[in-house]
Amino acid sequence: MSIATAPEPVKESKPLLSKKDRKLVTDPLSDSNPITIQVLGICSALAVTTQLKPTLVMAISVTAVVVFSNMLISMIRNLIPSRIRIIVQLAIVSLLVILVDEILKAFVYDVSKQLSVFVGLIITNCIVMGRLEAFAMGNKPGASILDGLGNSAGYAWVILAVAFVRELFGSGKLFGIRVIPEAIYAPEFGYVNNGLMMIPAGALFIVATIIWIQRSLNKYTEEA
Amino acid sequence: MMTPLLFADLVSLFVRSIFVDNMIFAFFLGMCSFLAVSKNVNTAIGLGAAVIFVLGITVPINWFLINGVLKEGALSWISPSFAKVDLTFLAFIMFIATIASMTQLVEMVVEKFSPALYSSLGIFLPLIAVNCSILGGSLFMQERDYTLAEATVFGLGSGVGWLIAIVALAAIRMKIRYSDVPKPLRGLGITFILTGLMGLAFMSFLGIQL
Repeated sequence: MSIATAPEPVKESKPLLSKKDRKLVTDPLSDSNPITIQVLGICSALAVTTQLKPTLVMAISVTAVVVFSNMLISMIRNLIPSRIRIIVQLAIVSLLVILVDEILKAFVYDVSKQLSVFVGLIITNCIVMGRLEAFAMGNKPGASILDGLGNSAGYAWVILAVAFVRELFGSGKLFGIRVIPEAIYAPEFGYVNNGLMMIPAGALFIVATIIWIQRSLNKYTEEA
Repeated sequence: MMTPLLFADLVSLFVRSIFVDNMIFAFFLGMCSFLAVSKNVNTAIGLGAAVIFVLGITVPINWFLINGVLKEGALSWISPSFAKVDLTFLAFIMFIATIASMTQLVEMVVEKFSPALYSSLGIFLPLIAVNCSILGGSLFMQERDYTLAEATVFGLGSGVGWLIAIVALAAIRMKIRYSDVPKPLRGLGITFILTGLMGLAFMSFLGIQL
C-alpha cells in the first residue's frame, strides 16, 4: 500500500512571493496539512464528500470564509480584548458564513439544499477557528491571507480526493457524469457499485488511507 | 403547530437520536474534539457530560429563538405589522451567540457552585462552543421543524449518543496502545479506521423499527 497513489498537489510557482511567503502556501498542502496532520475540519470534510459537485462548492466556500476571516481578524487583532476574542471571532466568521449561505442559495440552490446544515457548520469548522487562533491573531493581514489560502487548499485537495474515490466507486460517476460504462453492469460482467463508499464509514477509511500514504511518504509518525 | 405528542413518540425519538442518527457515526459532527480528547476514558466522560448538558440547554433555547423571533411571521406577537418579517438568515449568528454565551454561563455557574467539577470539566467547556455537534443539533432542529418537546429530547439524545461514542472510542484507544499498528497509521490514521468500524457496527441499528 505504499505506492504513491495520493493525488499530488500542484505547486504553483509564484515569483511574486518571497520564499517565506511561498512556504505559507505550500506547507499546508502536505507537511502541515489541516486534515491529515493538524486534525482540523474533519466534521464537514467527511459528510459532504459523496459527490464531487457539492464537495467542490464546499471547498470554495471554506476557502472564502478562511481567507476573509483570516484577513479581517488579522486587521483588527490588536483591538480585540483577549478575554472575549472567541466571541469576536465567531461573530465575524458567522457573518461571512451567512453571506456564503445567501450566495449559495441564490446561485446554486440545488447544491445548497444538498449541503443542508453543513454550510452553517463552516462556522464551527475547526480550520477556521484554528487558523484564526494560531495565525491571524499574531500576524499581518498579507501573511494571514496567504496562510488562509494555503490551508484551505490543503483542505480542498483532501476532500476532493475523498469525493473522487467515493463518487467513482460508489456510483460510477464523476461530477454527475457516468464514467464507468453501463455495459459492465450487465450480469455477464457482474460489476457492481461499492456500497461502502456511499456510507459514512467509507469516507473514514479513505481518509485513513490518505493519511497512511502521506505519512509513510513524509515519514511523519505520531506517538499513539 | 403544537400537536399533543405521545410519550412513546418522544421515547422513540430519544432512542433514534442516540443510536440511529448518532451525531458522530451518521453525521460526523463534533469529530475534532472526538478525535482530540479520546485518549483517556475519564476525560472523555467529562467532555461527553458537558456536551449532553450544553446540547440539552441550547437546542430548546434556540427553538424559542427560531419560533419566537426569527421565523417568518414569528414576530406577529409584537404587532401584526411584523407578520411578514423573515429573519431566518440571521439564524447562524443567533445560534452561535446563544451557544457561546451559554457555554460561558455554564462555565461561570459550575465554577461558582462546584469547583471540583469545574477543575475536571473546566478546560473542556470553552472547547464546546466550537464543537460542531452543538451547532449541528440546533441546525437539525431548525431543518426538521421539531416541536419544543421534540427539540429538548433530540438535544439530550444526541448528547447521550455523543457521550457513548467518545467513551467507546477512548476505551478502544487505550487498548490499542498494546497493539502493533503500522507506524504511519499510528494515532490519527488508526483512529479513523476504528471510527469507521464503529460506524459500521452502529449501522445495524438502522434496521430497528421504532
